[in-house]
Amino acid sequence: MLEVKGLFKSFGGVAAISDVNIDFPTGSLTAIIGPNGAGKSTFFNLISGGLIPDKGSVTFNGESLIGRSRAQIIDAGIGRAFQVARIFPTLTVEESLLGAVTAHRRRAQNITHRFPLPEMRDRTHEVAEMLGLVEKLGVTSANLSHGDQKLLDIALALVLDPKVLLLDEPTAGMGPDERWRMIERVHELWEREKLTLIFIEHDMDIVFKIAPKISVLCYGRLLAEGTPDEIRTNPAVIEAYLGTSHAEAAV
Amino acid sequence: MLSTRPNLARDISIAAVALIVLLLLPYVWPSRMMNDLVIRVSAFALFATSLNLLVGYTGMVSFGHGMFFGFGAYAFGLSMQRLGVSIPTAILITIVSSALLGLVVGAISIRLKDIYFSFITLAFQMLLYSTVIAWVPLTGGDQGLMGGIPRPPFLGIDLSIESHRYAFAVTIMVVGLLILRQIVESPFGYTLRMIRDNTERATFLGINVFRAKLTAFVIAGVFGSLGGMVMALFVSGAYPEFVNWTMSGEGIFMIMLGGLSTFIGPAAGALILSLLNDVITRGTEHHGLFLGAVILLFALGLRKGVTDFIADWFRTRREASTRSGN
Ligand SMILES: Nc1ncnc2c1ncn2[C@@H]1O[C@H](COP(=O)(O)OP(=O)(O)OP(=O)(O)O)[C@@H](O)[C@H]1O
Ligand SMILES: [Mg+2]
Repeated sequence: MLEVKGLFKSFGGVAAISDVNIDFPTGSLTAIIGPNGAGKSTFFNLISGGLIPDKGSVTFNGESLIGRSRAQIIDAGIGRAFQVARIFPTLTVEESLLGAVTAHRRRAQNITHRFPLPEMRDRTHEVAEMLGLVEKLGVTSANLSHGDQKLLDIALALVLDPKVLLLDEPTAGMGPDERWRMIERVHELWEREKLTLIFIEHDMDIVFKIAPKISVLCYGRLLAEGTPDEIRTNPAVIEAYLGTSHAEAAV
Repeated sequence: MLSTRPNLARDISIAAVALIVLLLLPYVWPSRMMNDLVIRVSAFALFATSLNLLVGYTGMVSFGHGMFFGFGAYAFGLSMQRLGVSIPTAILITIVSSALLGLVVGAISIRLKDIYFSFITLAFQMLLYSTVIAWVPLTGGDQGLMGGIPRPPFLGIDLSIESHRYAFAVTIMVVGLLILRQIVESPFGYTLRMIRDNTERATFLGINVFRAKLTAFVIAGVFGSLGGMVMALFVSGAYPEFVNWTMSGEGIFMIMLGGLSTFIGPAAGALILSLLNDVITRGTEHHGLFLGAVILLFALGLRKGVTDFIADWFRTRREASTRSGN
């Protein structure tokens, strides 16, 4: 279980995350929603070692993640992908994934062998298959479509064998059809890999359909938590974020 | 794709052929000038290729790489003059001491990013230059290491003989480049490319960026110093201009002229710059002006190095032919 308790982070006096408490049980699927600037990406950064919290604790299966290096947090089993895909533009998809596996298996400093080490291939191809990137393995990452770059970003996290996967707006910048294809893949991934999956998403149709549990952030605070039905009808959430259309749809 | 990736056996074959051709060259075309050129280019090829491990493969633009070239020349020359050791021992001393220099300078410089990294490496080079100039009893100051470097024979090799010197220089160069080639095609070489492409992402894959950069810096320093050592053997001395900042500038020029996207580009650039230098020095007094103009021509005309240009040309042709084949 991933437990976040009393988490605080501010930037130059402005609170980006304040007093957030959320538990993510092992194997759960949670959506995090909230308006722009609510602190969603900051929340992910605090869990994954991208930022150090001012106060509070993040523990995974009882062990604290605070103060650990990014490498140690990955080893603990926390993986993440980014709101804007972060990839290696001049490397091919295959090289990128092989490089990631190589690093994860502590061979990043090896100079005596040729790249890639043969034992890195299995995981690379497994993940490429899961995400539908097999056809693209030989393509230079910079030449991938936007959607494929997002997939590659997720694949890079996945080859590190995470137990918890944090996806920051996996459908960002996609058209309606592409969004659903992406989210179906993510859902499939969650089932297949038995992950604890947390994703940030702005598309409420997707969130309400996919996520059994939703956490709402607003101005750095945890505004509400609950099932889609609870969130849809929560007055505070409607006021702060949803407006009335989704609430009416529920009635 | 991956199946056509250059393997070690192929690289060794290419290196062996190159070495044989270079070793036979003086017999086919006996010329003092040619020998001198090849030795100098060997020294610069090691220097430029090692610099490109930082610039091209890791994205670390060092403005101070000349410090290693000069350090190698002085470390080797002083070991021979002052310690009276054998040449292999002096080579070992050069390698170990330049690795230590790389470790210290690297550990400090790598903490800085981008242009700040470039500047601090330049500052370290200037520090070393000033030390060489000021420490007259040891280095001979602005006169350089005078009196010649002793070259006692070892293993049947006598570097006071020109042909031996030639064979020694090209062998060190070819073996050095082969090792650097292995490094850039190793898992570590790809770690460096990942750091170059997206450092932040690399850290989120658990890559220890500091450690990888420091390793690259030390390796580059060692091979850069071997270039300086070859040069010291060739001129039988060491001079302050080897450790001056203009040396670093020439390294960058070589990479620009030859191209940084192919492994052999910087070595090709070393040859081009040496040829240009020779031709221009003989033809005109306005050496710098002419050289500057040629480099401008490359920068503005081709917008890349010669080998980049050739590689692109082949790629376009191959793509065109596969397209028409479909
Ligand atoms: N590194 C940083 N330095 C300074 N301020 C930051 C930093 N990162 C985030 N912030 C600020 O913290 C607040 C929360 O930002 P965050 O990116 O977490 O929001 P978000 O919920 O992910 O928004 P969006 O939906 O637009 O992605 C914003 O006001 C942002 O400007
Ligand atoms: Mg965000």
